[in-house]
Amino acid sequence: MSSVDVASGGRTPWLLAGPALLLFVGIVLVPIVMTVLLSFHDWGQYKGIETIITLKNWHEIATDSYFFEIFLRTFRIALLTTVISVLIGAPEAYILSRMAPPWRGVFLVIVLGPLLISVVARTLGWALLFGSTGLINVALVRLGIVATPVQFMFTETGVVIGLVHVLVPFVVISVWASLQRLDPQIENAAVSLGGSGFTVLRRIVLPQVMPGILSGAIVVFALAASAFATPAIIGGRRLKVASTLAYDEFLNTLNWPLGAAVAVLLLIGLAAIIVGSNRFVERRYAEVFR
Amino acid sequence: MSFLVLQSLTKRFGDVTVVDGLSLAVEKGEFVSLLGPSGCGKTTTLQMIAGFVEPSAGTINLGGRDLTKIKPAARGLGIVFQSYALFPHMTAAENIAFGLEMRGVARPEQTKRVADALALVGLAGFSDRYPRRMSGGQQQRVALARALVIKPDVLLLDEPLSNLDAKLREEMQVELRQIQRTVGTTTVLVTHDQGEAMALSDRIVVMNRGRAEHVARPTEIYRAPATAFVANFLGKINVLPADISNGVARIGTSQWSAAGMADGLANASVRPERIAFSDSEGLAGTVKTRIFQGHHWLLHVATEVGLVLVITPNDGRAVPEEDSTVRLTWRAEDMTLTRAESAA
Repeated sequence: MSSVDVASGGRTPWLLAGPALLLFVGIVLVPIVMTVLLSFHDWGQYKGIETIITLKNWHEIATDSYFFEIFLRTFRIALLTTVISVLIGAPEAYILSRMAPPWRGVFLVIVLGPLLISVVARTLGWALLFGSTGLINVALVRLGIVATPVQFMFTETGVVIGLVHVLVPFVVISVWASLQRLDPQIENAAVSLGGSGFTVLRRIVLPQVMPGILSGAIVVFALAASAFATPAIIGGRRLKVASTLAYDEFLNTLNWPLGAAVAVLLLIGLAAIIVGSNRFVERRYAEVFR
Repeated sequence: MSFLVLQSLTKRFGDVTVVDGLSLAVEKGEFVSLLGPSGCGKTTTLQMIAGFVEPSAGTINLGGRDLTKIKPAARGLGIVFQSYALFPHMTAAENIAFGLEMRGVARPEQTKRVADALALVGLAGFSDRYPRRMSGGQQQRVALARALVIKPDVLLLDEPLSNLDAKLREEMQVELRQIQRTVGTTTVLVTHDQGEAMALSDRIVVMNRGRAEHVARPTEIYRAPATAFVANFLGKINVLPADISNGVARIGTSQWSAAGMADGLANASVRPERIAFSDSEGLAGTVKTRIFQGHHWLLHVATEVGLVLVITPNDGRAVPEEDSTVRLTWRAEDMTLTRAESAA
């Protein structure tokens, strides 16, 4: 077998990285740069897109409270979805990791199974359940928990429920991965030192899986904030979030520059939040991570 | 009654009996090692004492209490795990303080006892280090301090030195022994390393297939192993075929006194370091290989009864060259004769 001389540098590393690099530049970098440029162009009902540089779109987003409200709603939905997903997903992963072998596999597949179904199909399923004559409302009314059907469709509650269902598996996978790395003897050590079950969980297990919980949360937040299908189907045209707003600007109003500005702002906001929280997690849990 | 008493302790996993009716009495302050190859049941025994594994049968009694009825958290034992099992998100001091916190020890006393424990294991000044920033030997010491700080009735050590390199392991053996002597805690060590068991223990329990084959002081076990398994497991030993008649053991063409032994075939066990070279008498052979090992030489000598291992000290005297002819001799009392099993 001939070995590739990497240490001497030369063209080999570039040739090896080339295809991936080209793909990245071609389908990620170029469209983003073009979208950013597009957001500085002008647009008019009759003149269409004008390739001049103007801050008009950005000024509009910054001053019109309509946009502020939508971005605030996007952030609120994403945050709520993240918190609920963590509260459900983290204990779920812990319980799974404690199950005996045959059941553990079965339940892991059940938990991750939803990922195999298209988001659109799953969300339409929720739409059926959510309606005023849907299964959930019929059950709630029959059981006497509520007097009149609860409004789920076209509400933030509905969107959050739908998103949580879609995104919980990401928390489970992430926490599961960090639980797998735990040394089972560490729990035994804590028990032998006199720790009760709950104390061991809180003081010993939780801090060690915290990086897993937080990285799962970051993934969920990013996906929830940029989700399109769920808010589009359950939220509808009235309850807009950033992604559905950009979509409407592009395809309904045909104001591409404004849509581009919305999309770029969402991208910048998300990148800032993700990089920021990642930094925090890495610094705070440096000792657990290494 | 002894301090820690295991009575007919048995553990079965399905059809497999891992520990088979093990009985053992450990005195207060004693250092006992469970020694055996992997799968001999030594770790399972330790885990039953610790409470992580429930015995299928038998009892464990500690200072008059039936341990099997007490939860692991309430047994008050100090355990050092093979992986050390330090809490990675806590500093050395926080690791050590955990057991005290669980016992509701007041903060000022905690601080004092943690400092004492760190000093005991020679880690004063390392209190704010995280485990990942410590070497294997230092982590090992923290684990030991964490186990000792709660003043446990019994200290359980599960292969504590096996992750250390050879030199460090020897240093830690000496230190472990000194610390155990200082605090006087009754200690049970699980190990597969015979050197470690011999260096540290007051008594060794040699285990094989879930049973105790020989329980005795290290020197005693080494000098007169109870079974062939024990003889082979502890140190190197030569087993040679002997033919006994009229109180004389014949090995090849040489003879040794075997007073009191019945006539017939027997196995003669001789430690390699007890074999000397002679000019005139003894078992004749040719040196096949000669290996220098620093403070001693290791020789393989081909004789008429097979290959014999000889260890001779590097004390300045001449050592036979390879391919030279030698005669091997040893004292009759350095040889153990056991009746040969026909099928073996």
